[in-house]
Amino acid sequence: MSELRFTVDHEWLRVESDGQVTVGVTHFAQDALGDVVFVQLPELGSYSQGDEVAVLESVKAASSIAMPVDGEITAINPELEDNPERVNEAPLGEGWFFRMQLADSSVLDSLMDEAAYDRFLTATADA
Amino acid sequence: MNTPLQHTALNALHLELGAKMVPFAGYSMPVQYPLGVLKEHQHTRTAAGLFDVSHMGQLMLHGSDAAAALETLVPVDIIDLPVGLQRYAMFTDENGGILDDLMVARLSDDCLFVVVNAACKDQDLAHLEQHIGSRCQIENLYASRALLALQGPQAAAVLARLAPAVAEMTFMQFAAIELLGTTCYVSRSGYTGEDGFEISVPNEHAEALARRLLAESEVEAIGLGARDSLRLEAGLCLYGHDMSVDTTPIEASLLWAISKPRRADGARAGGFPGAERIFAQQKDGVERKRVGLLPQERTPVREGTPIVDADGNPIGQVCSGGFGPTLSAPLAMGYVTRDFIPVGSQVFALVRGKQIPMLVSKTPFVEQRYYRG
Repeated sequence: MSELRFTVDHEWLRVESDGQVTVGVTHFAQDALGDVVFVQLPELGSYSQGDEVAVLESVKAASSIAMPVDGEITAINPELEDNPERVNEAPLGEGWFFRMQLADSSVLDSLMDEAAYDRFLTATADA
Repeated sequence: MNTPLQHTALNALHLELGAKMVPFAGYSMPVQYPLGVLKEHQHTRTAAGLFDVSHMGQLMLHGSDAAAALETLVPVDIIDLPVGLQRYAMFTDENGGILDDLMVARLSDDCLFVVVNAACKDQDLAHLEQHIGSRCQIENLYASRALLALQGPQAAAVLARLAPAVAEMTFMQFAAIELLGTTCYVSRSGYTGEDGFEISVPNEHAEALARRLLAESEVEAIGLGARDSLRLEAGLCLYGHDMSVDTTPIEASLLWAISKPRRADGARAGGFPGAERIFAQQKDGVERKRVGLLPQERTPVREGTPIVDADGNPIGQVCSGGFGPTLSAPLAMGYVTRDFIPVGSQVFALVRGKQIPMLVSKTPFVEQRYYRG
């Protein structure tokens, strides 16, 4: 299954064939942040939902990236060290942040699917 | 508390161009266009960028005594400012603190043209009226004129298509020039470090002029985001960040802007607010000073970041900082204590609990390319 799940913090999660979950930020997030010039990626290890695990620096400001759900970060995207602009160019592709092993895979069911995330974006834009 | 935002004469154009608008100094201003801050910055350095800076305050001081009167408020030679030339100046207070920085141009023997910062313009007008209102006529153009900046290596070629005379102007020259049939006040200056012009145009003609300039293939609309990274690379101060009422021109490393005749050993020494303190600081040195800072890692170091020495002792604070697209690296300016003022000094920024090494650096970070003829 490669269906995307989304958080209210505009992160996306995708379950890979090996069961690991890839995490990045959405197109909406990269557009709101502006040109990304630096990404501080996390140390590998276990984190709780809400822990600040990464920092995105755009030309405008620094934004922290929170752990979307409980789990263990098993890999980071080395590409972002030299090419932080990948976050803007391909937020759902080469601009991914890290891979993680979920503490509880059923947690994905509580996150938004693409249709729900689109409705969430529309609702927040209207607010 | 929430007063409605003001709009410049180009507001409809900004929206049409897809600008992202943000509140700035009481105005709704374009922070970036669809091109984005990085590309807007690069475009200005390689071709030409058009900026709406109409939020800034434009004034005229009329009367034969206007120059002598204004001199009582700024440490700059205004009396001998020739017609057709502009100078950078600052209003100081009794403690030598900077109330605002400004541009002063002489339009004619009896008329000075002044541009002040948006956030200070009401206070500046009151300051002028209180101190020199009886000596000259102060005409405030805040609601009647727009200000456009055309900046970049192609700016002169572009503007010369509308008025060939601008090609002859050199850095800091100033003239009344017809553009599209309207009298504009044009200075060859700007705040990007590039060659370029600032153009004062009546509100009702501003959009037509902006559209005409944007129709030129070299020109893109540029927002305040890129304006900030451009001026930071050029080592130029932003009022309220890199200087304030709590800093003197000496502390802000702006001694160069104090005209020779107004200095302690000059022909018209002093005679501006705070002169004694400023002269004392020039003679004895200062406890802290604004310096350029180059972070030695990729992490941008932002305004307000504490600066410490190798042992972690506080020695200052960053006043402006970010990423320099042309430098292709982070850059900053900050105030540091006396021991760390020399270029090459090693200091550290405290970012998210981590010490980022920084080197005190000369400014500008990117070479200024003004046209001096």
